[in-house]
Amino acid sequence: MKLTLHVWRQKDQKTPGRMETYPADHVSEDMSFLEMLDTVNEGLIHSGKEPIAFDHDCREGICGSCAMMINGMAHGPEKGTTACQLHMRKFHDGEQIYIEPWRAKAFPVLKDLVTDRSAFDRVIQAGGFVSVNTGGTPDGNALPIPKENADTAMDAASCIGCGACVAACPNASAMLFVSAKVTHLASMPQGQAERRDRVLKMVDQHDKEGFGHCTNIYECEAACPKGIGVKFIAQLNRDFLTSSMKVVNKREATGADAAAG
Amino acid sequence: MSSTAPTKRSQPTNTLPSGKGVYDWVKPFLTTTVGMKVTTAITGTALTLFVIAHLIGNLKIYDGRDSLNAYAHFLKSLGPWLWVARIGLLVAFTLHLVFALYLKKRSSDARPVKYAYKQTVQASWASRTMPWTGLVILAFVLFHLAHFTLGMVGTTDARQEMARKIVQVGYMDLIDDKGRPDVYSMVVAGFSNNIVCVCYVIAQLLLMVHLSHGIASVFQTLGLNTPRIQPALKRLAWGIAILIAIGNIGIVASVRLSWLGDSYVPITRVGDAPPAPVSQPVGEQATPPKKN
Repeated sequence: MKLTLHVWRQKDQKTPGRMETYPADHVSEDMSFLEMLDTVNEGLIHSGKEPIAFDHDCREGICGSCAMMINGMAHGPEKGTTACQLHMRKFHDGEQIYIEPWRAKAFPVLKDLVTDRSAFDRVIQAGGFVSVNTGGTPDGNALPIPKENADTAMDAASCIGCGACVAACPNASAMLFVSAKVTHLASMPQGQAERRDRVLKMVDQHDKEGFGHCTNIYECEAACPKGIGVKFIAQLNRDFLTSSMKVVNKREATGADAAAG
Repeated sequence: MSSTAPTKRSQPTNTLPSGKGVYDWVKPFLTTTVGMKVTTAITGTALTLFVIAHLIGNLKIYDGRDSLNAYAHFLKSLGPWLWVARIGLLVAFTLHLVFALYLKKRSSDARPVKYAYKQTVQASWASRTMPWTGLVILAFVLFHLAHFTLGMVGTTDARQEMARKIVQVGYMDLIDDKGRPDVYSMVVAGFSNNIVCVCYVIAQLLLMVHLSHGIASVFQTLGLNTPRIQPALKRLAWGIAILIAIGNIGIVASVRLSWLGDSYVPITRVGDAPPAPVSQPVGEQATPPKKN
């Protein structure tokens, strides 16, 4: 199949970028989207041009590296799929495809489609530690966890931190990501000791990174390749509300306020 | 034995938060994005409840002139409590507006470079236009206050009680036969203008769109949403929004279709004076009033 690609090209973080058009003439329907970009890049290299830079790693949909807006949709048109697992059979012959990097102030573009997503790491770090006992391996089922809670924690933990929620959100909010991380630990008995503090710290860090706010538009849910639902954002809001009312003294003690500036 | 070290007597007791403590308690609701959303949701709920109460009061117009005017008179007679309610509404409205606009500004800044290809998957039109429908509603509320609370927008024909002359007066100068402000005639007169009616209908439709997202959104923001009840909440939000729109637009339509109002000419006391003495018999004028 023959395609026309409109790709965002940007030399580095400081240089302003622009959309450029490339033909992709020998595309097989069985190629993944990244393989298609690989062949286009080969052509560019042969003709002495700079190849399109994009993030990728595992190419099996579990690492969260590949990050691109395809026709205005994070990870492309297929539901619950990362860009690397998206196949060209999802497109028509002769289609115009727009490929852009994640757009957010908190995710500065480093080159072409590559963005710096370390803001997510700092949000995770702000969440702090989980108090667990050291020593030998705990006995199996020594700590009873209801099946439902374990499932909820697992669903939340399936977030791969790709940033599609931020990219798809009209407000560039990372609330789905933060809520998945908050709910993951809040669903487990091990996460309870720091639960109240953690949610406030992570939301503070989220705001400081320059993400927008959540307006319950739910585009993130549709974009998430792992099917993280907005029910986790409701859980985050619940935790945030109860924590805000409870932890006055604890926040002072732990210096969360000082850290929040 | 005495000691210079501070004892527990010199330290504050650990009681309810006070001073900095109270500020710390409120701070997340005024400074974080999630907290500001919660404040917006709570004030939005208050405003929605006001809109519903306002509509229920307005429906008294179908019960006739006397009923609506009596209700309006009752509200005015609340005195200081009316001002408590008005200031409460003003605070809720201001917080809702300021926080929503601040957050909107913040989210615009959060994406400095826009997408070349704009696409949404499941976002509703209502959810994406909240700031704009909200701003139109703000403009409408200001117009509505000028129109019916301050009576600054239009005038109407009214009959002077004594002089029996027809004069042009503002809506605030209309009174009914019991001497109360004639709200009924004000509404009928107010909706006699085509442009005003179009403004009201457009504003009500946009309010419906605003509420269709807002009401469901409140539950999510306050953490009361679950996947099980989410479809029901969506329907509830649309249901309430549509009922409010039907109720309010219905009043405009009823006036336009002449279901409300009649050939009654409202009364006023503006510029009123007893009829000129020339037209009255001399004998009657000379008679001094009887004293009981």
